[in-house]
Amino acid sequence: MSDTVIEVRDLRTHFFTRAGVLPAVDGVSFSVRRGEVLGIVGESGSGKSVTGLSILGLVDAPGRIVGGEIMFRGRNLTELTSHELRAVRGHQIAMIFQDPMMTLNPVLRVSTQMIEAVRAHEKVSKAEARQRARDALGRVGIPSPDERLDAYPHEFSGGMRQRVAIAIALLHSPDLIIADEPTTALDVTIQAQILAEVQKLATETGMALIWITHDLAVVSSLADRIAVMYAGRIVEDGPAPQVLSAPLHPYTVGLIGSVPSRNRRGAELAQIPGMTPSLLDLPEGCAFRPRCPRALDQCRQPQPMRLLKPRQEARCCNPHLEPLEVTG
Amino acid sequence: MLVYFLRRLGQSLIAIIVMAILVFIGVYAIGNPVDILINPEATQREIDATMQRLGLDRPLWEQFFIYFGNLLQGDFGRSFVYGQPAMEIILQRLPATLELAFVALVIAIVFGIPLGVIAGLKPDTVLGKSIMGGSILGFSLPNFWQGLMLILIFAVLLGWLPAGGRGPTTEVLGIRVSFLTWEGLRHLILPAVNLALFKMALVIRLARAGTREVLLLDYVKFARAKGLSERRVITVHVLKNIMIPVVTVLGLELGSMIAFAVVTETVFSWPGMGKLLIDSINLLDRPVIVGYVMLTVFIFVFINLTVDLVYSGLDPRVRAGMRNE
Amino acid sequence: MSDQTLPAQKPRGAESPLRRIIAEFFESRTAAVGLVIFALVAFVALFAPWISPQNPYDLSQLDIMDGTLPPGSESFTIGTYWLGTDVQGRDMLSAIMYGLRMSLIVAGTATLLALAIGIATGTAAAYFGGWVDTLIMRIVDMQLSFPAILIALILLAILGKGVDKVIIALVIVQWAYYARTVRGNALVERQRDYISAAQCLSLGHGRVMFRHLLPNCMPPLIVVATVQIAQAIALEATLSFLGVGVPVTEPSLGLLIANGYSYLLSGRYWISFFPGIALLITIVAINLVGDQLRDVLNPRLRK
Repeated sequence: MSDTVIEVRDLRTHFFTRAGVLPAVDGVSFSVRRGEVLGIVGESGSGKSVTGLSILGLVDAPGRIVGGEIMFRGRNLTELTSHELRAVRGHQIAMIFQDPMMTLNPVLRVSTQMIEAVRAHEKVSKAEARQRARDALGRVGIPSPDERLDAYPHEFSGGMRQRVAIAIALLHSPDLIIADEPTTALDVTIQAQILAEVQKLATETGMALIWITHDLAVVSSLADRIAVMYAGRIVEDGPAPQVLSAPLHPYTVGLIGSVPSRNRRGAELAQIPGMTPSLLDLPEGCAFRPRCPRALDQCRQPQPMRLLKPRQEARCCNPHLEPLEVTG
Repeated sequence: MLVYFLRRLGQSLIAIIVMAILVFIGVYAIGNPVDILINPEATQREIDATMQRLGLDRPLWEQFFIYFGNLLQGDFGRSFVYGQPAMEIILQRLPATLELAFVALVIAIVFGIPLGVIAGLKPDTVLGKSIMGGSILGFSLPNFWQGLMLILIFAVLLGWLPAGGRGPTTEVLGIRVSFLTWEGLRHLILPAVNLALFKMALVIRLARAGTREVLLLDYVKFARAKGLSERRVITVHVLKNIMIPVVTVLGLELGSMIAFAVVTETVFSWPGMGKLLIDSINLLDRPVIVGYVMLTVFIFVFINLTVDLVYSGLDPRVRAGMRNE
Repeated sequence: MSDQTLPAQKPRGAESPLRRIIAEFFESRTAAVGLVIFALVAFVALFAPWISPQNPYDLSQLDIMDGTLPPGSESFTIGTYWLGTDVQGRDMLSAIMYGLRMSLIVAGTATLLALAIGIATGTAAAYFGGWVDTLIMRIVDMQLSFPAILIALILLAILGKGVDKVIIALVIVQWAYYARTVRGNALVERQRDYISAAQCLSLGHGRVMFRHLLPNCMPPLIVVATVQIAQAIALEATLSFLGVGVPVTEPSLGLLIANGYSYLLSGRYWISFFPGIALLITIVAINLVGDQLRDVLNPRLRK
């Protein structure tokens, strides 16, 4: 497909700790097309954030990409030199992080942090870079951007700070933005505003978006496609409405069941029994097997990704192919 | 800001007053002030005259006010040894000590911060480990012995630098300094390095710890994600953040450098006020000792106050915190 | 606490904490080496009168003809002067052993006394709170804002010379560190349920403080004490070097170094050099032990 922006194939990022090797990302594959929003959903520790960081080569030691390809604009990002990769970061692929309190450097003015981002990729004068920064702030809905530009991050509210981070990401009109839980740290009302803003900007510019979150409610309103991650692997991947209404993998089912919903008011909230397994000590075969209500003996075998419905894949040998019944 | 400044100023004044009271107790109440403040070789008539001048024949509380009044005027009595007012002698020696301490501080920062940042960026390399090993050694080396070894190596064995003394000085704005002439600089190098090594170990540790901490923070990741060069990430984003704790600690350490100059000055016969203190202790020249103590207390309090204000200037969050008060 | 957490804790509790700490301590080879060296140093210091080649302060054993001999020189009385002799013909190796003994005795005594005072005041500050706490902590803060050497010099200027005076000065310099450490930890511990429980049983103040509060403050206190004993040794050496410390008749390492100062300039380095090496080895060994203790005893650093 020509309009594929990024294609990740069998990505493996492992952490080499004293306690052993942690396969934080272990064979993840997906692709995102122009204008598409991919939601990567999973619990903390499922490897979703590391996947995002791996794309930009920002995984800290002792973590390292040990295998796989990240094809972006005909180049494999895992093979680029650090200099080439730097030219991609913030320019063609931008990233937004979870905590807006932490992503902006507290001792540098917002203007400094935006101007340096402009000038990292384009040889323009400071004045011009400043103009670009000002425009970007205006575009994300920050009132009186001229005055706010020279403020320090702590002078902004959480929501405004995240808008600044988004403005920085938009500076070079990237082909892809990776947003790692960008609304988790915000109030619900602000969350909604930011979501609406991002959605608008994504449709306007036609860029692709990878939205990493643990919050199904957030992706349901935003994503075109959803990839569900569990213990370093994608266990289900498909169009958002399909995955949400007719999930295949028992883990996805559990995840949806544990979200409070208006339609099921009064019904007991379902929980997934047990805990996320330690990456050091993963069960053989399907990692979800010990917690799975539908586990079979053959789940001890490694599970490949299988196309079970049109455009909807899952890593499961006993998937929910029958319509999902609402409990309670 | 002003309120904050005034409150800090008030605290500083209290600290000085408390120290003055403690020195008073030490000299007048615990010790025998006649022994402490009057030259042991004085005649009975001189003793009586001095006792009357200092008011030692009056009740203790009255003495305290006389002592305090004299302090306010900077009058610490006359040195037994030099026969001049004690404060005058100390102030003559002050520039030499300050020059030594400042140069040492600059050396500690200029070499310590880059070394610490390197050790923080590459903690597991041979380079990073040797820097840390060196800093542990720097912590453990007794400063006076380290000074002797510097003399042994660079003055005695190699003969490159003089073993002690200050050498020629030049007058700048009424203050005599060494660093403007080559010969003066040669005399300054060893003592300044000796004093600097003592603090450099601390700077390296602070810079390393700060670097490792800051590197893990999201804003460094975000700065990298913006596509900034590694150099800009480190020299702007990391360095500016670690400078805050380093400058705070170092500012506070300037006072301790002035105090520790006592050791270096004695080893290198550097004619500063630290050497004067040791000489005065050995010669029982008490007015000079009291003068040194009060002046050092004043310098300390002044430095603490300045560091607080500089610190608030460096960190915008602190500035904001003060406005909200 | 829910019942579920209990079984998970059991295997950890089965192992005694002391054994775990010892095991973790020896995970670092440098720390183990540091401990061995320190044990050796302490042994030499303790048994100096019995193992040194000569009694360096028995004038009848000294031969002025043997003055300032370089290391390795032969003598008629005690064999080889491995580390040379000083101006009075004193064997430097023996002098160092005796000096080490003096240094460790002074620093050790001062540390123990300061520890006792610091623990008493720190616990009192935390336990009683209110004006007791304010008063003690104000003194501590004020004292800690001035460098130790300055306070020690002032004290010795007032008190005069002597081993006892040096010990007093070191105690006054150090107690504040312990008081602050104890108070900080005791304040945290005081919030815990077991203290309220002990108070509900109306146990006496002293009993609650020393049987319940204090044992939980020990780990950080041990770390601070290790660092401080190294500091005390260095400070005593510095004071003695400056001529305001121990008297000439009972020299510590610092005084030995000072004695060799003037000979250093004429190239007779060994009189200052070897006592300095002994001092350095002692301090480095203690610091290595202290560094590892900090890692092992600090619960925050444990995974």
